[in-house]
Amino acid sequence: MIRVENLVKTYGSTVACNRLNCRFDAKKVTVILGGSGSGKTTLLRQITGLEKPDSGSVFFDDMDLTRASKKDLYKKRKKMGMLFQGSALFNYLNIFENIAFPLREHTRIAENVIKNIVTMKLEMVGLRGNEHLMPSQLSGGMMKRVGLARAIVMDPKVIFYDEPTSGLDPISTGVIGKLIRDLNVKLDITTVVVSHDIASSFKIADKIIILYFGDIIAQGTVDQIKNSTDERVQQFITGSPEGPIPFTRTDTNYVEALLADTDKSMEKMS
Amino acid sequence: MADLTVDHTDTLLFFAFSGRLDAAGIADVWEKAGNGLRQGNGPALAIDLSEVDYFDTAGAAFIAHLDKMALGRNWDKTKITGLDSASTALVERIRKAGPEPSPDTTAPTGRARSFVEKKGRSVADFLYDAHTFIAFLGEIFWAFLSSLAHPGKIRWGETLRVAEQAGANALPIVALISFIVGLVMAFQSAIPMKMFGAEIYVANLVGIAMVRELGPLMTAIVLAGRSASAFAAEIGTMKINEELDALTIMGLEPVRFLILPRVIASTLMTPLLTVFAILVGILGGAVVILSLGHPFVAYYNQVVGFVSWGDFTGGIIKCFVFGILIAATGCIRGYQTSQGPSAVGEAATRAVVSSIVLIAVFDGIFSILYYMLGV
Ligand SMILES: Nc1ncnc2c1ncn2[C@@H]1O[C@H](COP(=O)(O)OP(=O)(O)OP(=O)(O)O)[C@@H](O)[C@H]1O
Ligand SMILES: [Mg+2]
Repeated sequence: MIRVENLVKTYGSTVACNRLNCRFDAKKVTVILGGSGSGKTTLLRQITGLEKPDSGSVFFDDMDLTRASKKDLYKKRKKMGMLFQGSALFNYLNIFENIAFPLREHTRIAENVIKNIVTMKLEMVGLRGNEHLMPSQLSGGMMKRVGLARAIVMDPKVIFYDEPTSGLDPISTGVIGKLIRDLNVKLDITTVVVSHDIASSFKIADKIIILYFGDIIAQGTVDQIKNSTDERVQQFITGSPEGPIPFTRTDTNYVEALLADTDKSMEKMS
Repeated sequence: MADLTVDHTDTLLFFAFSGRLDAAGIADVWEKAGNGLRQGNGPALAIDLSEVDYFDTAGAAFIAHLDKMALGRNWDKTKITGLDSASTALVERIRKAGPEPSPDTTAPTGRARSFVEKKGRSVADFLYDAHTFIAFLGEIFWAFLSSLAHPGKIRWGETLRVAEQAGANALPIVALISFIVGLVMAFQSAIPMKMFGAEIYVANLVGIAMVRELGPLMTAIVLAGRSASAFAAEIGTMKINEELDALTIMGLEPVRFLILPRVIASTLMTPLLTVFAILVGILGGAVVILSLGHPFVAYYNQVVGFVSWGDFTGGIIKCFVFGILIAATGCIRGYQTSQGPSAVGEAATRAVVSSIVLIAVFDGIFSILYYMLGV
């Protein structure tokens, strides 16, 4: 369904994607795991064509999105849904209008049918009865769920979820995880999930890709990943603070950096 | 609050600290300690902390720093007394944090740039900015042309909303400014003209100036301050909130969806507001003439007799261009908003500055054009 080939994306001196090769199979759930700043969101943005990569290709139904015309790109996008990391709700619309938005813009469905669809989707994410609230009145977890409802309202063929469960309580996490899986199974939706959450990822994934500072260090089925001998993979899935993955990537020692600053201000004083 | 007593013997510089050695506390004693160290001639530093009530990382970093400075002057090892074991360990950890960075291993802070390099860079930046701006303008224009083929697809509701916000609601401020400009101009020119008994010609002056220049210009500048900044802030906030990306993913192009309605509304409203501004400005002039004892009819006849339709059309055509420039600049600057909390404010500022500069430039171009065409 989606094939990424030799994808490179850099921001200044930061290499966010370093010659990535991977595929997201049709009708399957693929989970992208990786630490903060490892390039997960960047990868999604390249796949959806929100940004142009420096080099490499993204094939969507065998069409190279990086070279596609704008018209073709927008045509393909109608098959996509996306939940953004920050939810990206429209601030001037209430929950109902946010979820109804794609329907109203793209279809000529009658208003009472729209109402039914929206209520159904809200029920799915456990927010029925909150239609009239504005995004500013929601908690982070509620915004996530509204964003999710909006992402699935057009019943897309492919859905990208950027951290669907971060900021949610354990029960909502479970419900959303199950929802993602159900949508995939019942509607055959190709699903790409970016996540930090090992437990729920293992539950829903057909395939897992682990990113580590712009590189793919492992990909395979849940069992393959669990049995991986790569120390970085093991450290990541056990969440151990000790291991080959340093917490910070900067080489300068924190305390030294701190003292260097005091040195400078001391000098300034004199 | 922290305090420091500095004592000096032949063999020792003695610092006794008291009070709270935290971030706020070390600020109190910072300068004194630095001066003490610099003026002292060693050969060793002793620090007594037994009177310190509270001590945290900031305090530890400070003590370790004093130690480093002493070592840096080739003094003997600093003696630290009066610390409990936990705090001693803290200081030791900070002390051991790494070898003293020698000057040649510190990261280069960037070579000083020459004047030519700096200028070259800013010209290159400017050209790059101009390039993206023009490309974006082209994209907006293309979207406009292609949507003319399907006028049903333009979001007229949003266009009307923007027209009200950016047009109708700007009426009072536009009126106020134009009235004052007309009034002041008439008043200032009436005084010298009166010496020649020609004060009725103030009508010609106010009329032609308002119609050809000041009406369009004042309106455009007010709208640049009002609408361009508002557009930039609106679109910039949406960009930061990933709403623009959300629109794109939904298959709705932000250029068509957000920018086009604003450009259309602004392009239609600017000339309307200008007509209004011209009228009010001329009325402002009339107040002066009336107060000098001339009848209104005389003023009216003078203006209408002098200002031609050509002048008026010229002024209004300019306004269409100003309207496009204001809306496009606001939207483009909003679209270019970078990440971060101050980015939206910056975008709004850039929108106002860029659109005023563009208005000035295009006003100049129109003046030359009209002169050559003989309008
Ligand atoms: N627009 C940008 N400009 C500059 N650098 C960027 C930009 N977007 C991302 N980066 C950098 O690219 C790297 C990868 O970022 P990305 O957002 O993809 O991380 P992530 O894996 O999604 O992390 P998180 O789990 O925290 O969301 C980071 O080092 C980040 O600083
Ligand atoms: Mg991310």
